[in-house]
Amino acid sequence: MERLIEEIPSFFTIWNIIFLAKAMGVTFLLTAIGCFVGFSVGGLLAIFRKTKSLALLPLRIFIVIYTEIFRRIPFLISLLLMFYIFMILKISDNLFLIATITVCLIATAYIGEIIRSGIESINQTQWDAAEAMNFSYFQILKEVIFPQAWKVILPPAFSFFIMFIKDTALASQIGVMELTFAAKILNNKGFSPLLSFGTILILYFILSFPLDRFGKYMERKLVTNRN
Amino acid sequence: MENIWRENLSQIEIKSLNAYYDKLHVLKDINLNVEKGEILSLIGPSGSGKSSLLKMLVGLLKPKSGNVILNNNQLNYNNNSDLRIIREQIAIVFQQYNLFQNMNVLKNVCIAPTKIQKRNKKQVEEQAINLLEKVGLKDKLKSYPDELSGGQQQRVAIARALCLNPEILLLDEVTSALDPELVQEVLDSVRLLASEGMTMLIVSHEMSFVKEVSSRVVFMDNGSIIEINDPKIIFENPKEKRTSDFVGKILKDK
Repeated sequence: MERLIEEIPSFFTIWNIIFLAKAMGVTFLLTAIGCFVGFSVGGLLAIFRKTKSLALLPLRIFIVIYTEIFRRIPFLISLLLMFYIFMILKISDNLFLIATITVCLIATAYIGEIIRSGIESINQTQWDAAEAMNFSYFQILKEVIFPQAWKVILPPAFSFFIMFIKDTALASQIGVMELTFAAKILNNKGFSPLLSFGTILILYFILSFPLDRFGKYMERKLVTNRN
Repeated sequence: MENIWRENLSQIEIKSLNAYYDKLHVLKDINLNVEKGEILSLIGPSGSGKSSLLKMLVGLLKPKSGNVILNNNQLNYNNNSDLRIIREQIAIVFQQYNLFQNMNVLKNVCIAPTKIQKRNKKQVEEQAINLLEKVGLKDKLKSYPDELSGGQQQRVAIARALCLNPEILLLDEVTSALDPELVQEVLDSVRLLASEGMTMLIVSHEMSFVKEVSSRVVFMDNGSIIEINDPKIIFENPKEKRTSDFVGKILKDK
């Protein structure tokens, strides 16, 4: 314990703080891009998956295959796979880019599935009523289905986001300089593991807590207000 | 002579129409004319195709073959612009009301006329309030569907259908999901409409009501129309054996 307290001044040097802040930025960006892309593209996939037109059938089949595959591969495996594909085909050696693309692919598959099940949770009779009154497919989604589906979609979506912040730690395995990797480096430099990993524990909390609050706020805002 | 006269007044003509749910043949060679201002009741056992016929008329069940002629225009249910025309003229009230759970009563009634038919918001709201007053729900404008009783929800659903200004109203077993004491209030609303001369197709199990309001009664069984006749004849002296079996059983159960 005494050693720990002695170490603190040399641990929190400006250089280390900037180093950790940068790593935190990378973790934040990975999560934010993943969640944003995942939510938008996943939402689109869910919307197209429910269409009935024959012309879109190939697209629907593609969506199902894509979703089912990426929800079944462990994150680490798809990350490593993406890494080696990039290396072998010499596409780019930007590790952050590789991690971002993988993160987006996975988030899209998961969130797409969360949104799809939210849409499915609304009774077919709501579609029938709207359809019989000449609502178009997108009008039904916007006016009737999504306002009711948010309360099914948002809680699992936000727990996925929060889980995802922590999952980005796996990007350290291919050498992306995010929080976990930064802690490992500091640990290797001789700082006590308790201090190194304890610090990023707090940083992870700082990242995920506001997101959790934001989720609760969106739930309040989007779930039909009764007054 | 009489045939020609009938043809000219027909508002809906259904000609040798067939429809399927997947492989199940639910409407078999349906031929039916409905005249303007007529109140046609469809009766028959469960699964006989009554509700399917109404669903088909608003395009929720696509016909496989046959024709539907609406106001002398032959319409194709697989063509989107035809379907729009059909749904502008025909409104349906469902057995389970199907009110939009995320909207209050007034919004439920106003959304399609304002957002879909693009009518003036003020006028629509005025009409909606009038209609809701007629069905006795003027004090529930801001209530949500889950705060209303079944009978109240069903009356909102009727007001919602009427606010679309349809020429034809389809009522799909509007009382069968309701408690007995709520049935009367909904039937009163329907009676009011009947007295105003709107063309209606009614699927109902309320035989006394059917007898009272219908101009003709259609008996269906197993996806086919078995008999079309005056209510008096259907209930007292039907031509077909299957009709008399069904009517006899229903009346005995009452």
